[in-house]
Amino acid sequence: MIELLYAIAVAPFKDMAGAPAFLVEVLIGGVFAGLMYSLVALGFVLIFKASGVFNFAQGVMVLFAALTLVGLLERGAPVVVALALTTAVMIALAFAIERLVLRPLVNQAHIILFMATIGLNFFLEGFGEMVWGANVKKLDIGIPDRSFIVRGVQINQLELTAAVTAAVLVTVLAVFFQRTRIGRALRAVADDHEAALSIGVPLKTIWIVVWSVAGVVAIVAGLMWGAKSGVQFSLSLIALKALPVLILGGFESVPGAIVGGLIIGVGEKLGEVYWGPLVGGAIENWFAYVLALAFLLARPQGLFGEKIIERV
Amino acid sequence: MTGPAAPLLEVTGVSVRFGALIAVNRVSLSIAQREIVAIIGPNGAGKTSLLNAVSGFYHPFEGRIAFEGRDRTHRSPPDVAALGIARTFQNVALFKGMSVLDNIMTGRLMKMGGSFLLEALYWGPARRQELEHRAFVERIIDFLEIQAIRKTPAGRLPYGLQKRVELARALAAEPRLLLLDEPMAGMNVEEKEDMCRFILDVNQEFGTTIALIEHDMGVVMDISDRVVVLDYGRKIADGPPAEVRSDQAVLDAYLGVAHD
Repeated sequence: MIELLYAIAVAPFKDMAGAPAFLVEVLIGGVFAGLMYSLVALGFVLIFKASGVFNFAQGVMVLFAALTLVGLLERGAPVVVALALTTAVMIALAFAIERLVLRPLVNQAHIILFMATIGLNFFLEGFGEMVWGANVKKLDIGIPDRSFIVRGVQINQLELTAAVTAAVLVTVLAVFFQRTRIGRALRAVADDHEAALSIGVPLKTIWIVVWSVAGVVAIVAGLMWGAKSGVQFSLSLIALKALPVLILGGFESVPGAIVGGLIIGVGEKLGEVYWGPLVGGAIENWFAYVLALAFLLARPQGLFGEKIIERV
Repeated sequence: MTGPAAPLLEVTGVSVRFGALIAVNRVSLSIAQREIVAIIGPNGAGKTSLLNAVSGFYHPFEGRIAFEGRDRTHRSPPDVAALGIARTFQNVALFKGMSVLDNIMTGRLMKMGGSFLLEALYWGPARRQELEHRAFVERIIDFLEIQAIRKTPAGRLPYGLQKRVELARALAAEPRLLLLDEPMAGMNVEEKEDMCRFILDVNQEFGTTIALIEHDMGVVMDISDRVVVLDYGRKIADGPPAEVRSDQAVLDAYLGVAHD
């Protein structure tokens, strides 16, 4: 009994203190992974904020964006051109979704819109593979998957690039939504549809904007994850990792998505490395969900969500 | 330009139906520039439905709505707002998570223009624009005497103040026509007096035409130039307060037939 307690509560921390450089490596790995989760979660948050719709298709949008990008690169398009075209495709997709899915379903219950995004999910998955093929593809954007060493800590160049890109994107989005007129309109729509309409906010435009932005976020996420592990169907499953991030951070909070992603990224890496051996590993696979479950029990609105108070 | 005789808002034979229920039944009314018109009637008389038809939230089943002489019967709420018609709601519709100041700033959205990039960088013309709008909003805040609460999230305010903030947001759009749905519901006597004063001041200082729905007869008689009475979706009276007060049909419908 004492031995078990020691193995859980003391030994891992002794290991951490014993090899600080390794600990830093693990932490950095966690932060990188976390930023990537945040990026996917951000796509969810934007759409949820603006329309109250939980977009089941966000993960497939990442896959679709990555497939389009790889497809264009394979046909010999330069990286910049391919990126521009993919962006255009994702914006066109936002227009199509507003016109064909959201507008006919306006004023329907949220669950109906949710079901519609499940449909969208299957459509995009099939359509993407029909156009670009279903093979696992390698995505090479010219950043070498090499490591360099700073003060005894090994840092992967690709992961670093991905993390920096994610951080920049998140900052740009935060500024955009805080400072600009569209940002203000978006927050208005998120808060109260009727009131937003009455002050002249056109819902259609707002929807197109958030779906476009979610599309662009999907491109970046697809780019980074694709470069790391190849473009294949499993790319759409990272959306599952975004779910606990949302529960932790609160569905409507941009900072929540970022902090939630970091907590999960760092937590699962630490758990895997230091506590994994105790249970034979694979902590990384379930850590996020158990943490989410704990949050649902203790603080269902998430870290940054608004506390739900029913006035009677 | 429209002449002084042309009404600002002209509603002709408008009906609003929900399935078999006729909420508004061929109502016609016109509102002149700078007028304050009260729309009264028992619960379920169709007052709010009429207001919703004018502001584009409901589409009339029949009839015509003209603003500044132009037909605009089937416009969407944002289009109506762009025309210069602002409104408040019966059950306050504020952006609860935003501060009072931000709420009122949203009222200026339609007045803003220019480049998003400049806005994001808060630079050059965008910055000047933002400051101009801020200055205007500050004027409204002073005008409605809500300086003390401008940083408070709207959701935390007591009901009476929320109503006042909602009025401020509507005013920020510099409307030609202001539609107020029960601006004094749930207020105490003092708050009602304040609200009356604000409505009269808005009318005088900004020259805003106002249509309001109100239940408090004292208020209605005090501030309105004209009173329109609805009952079961029909218009049963339309005239100066003193005249409407003694109208037999109004007494029967609104105050009860067995009134001594």
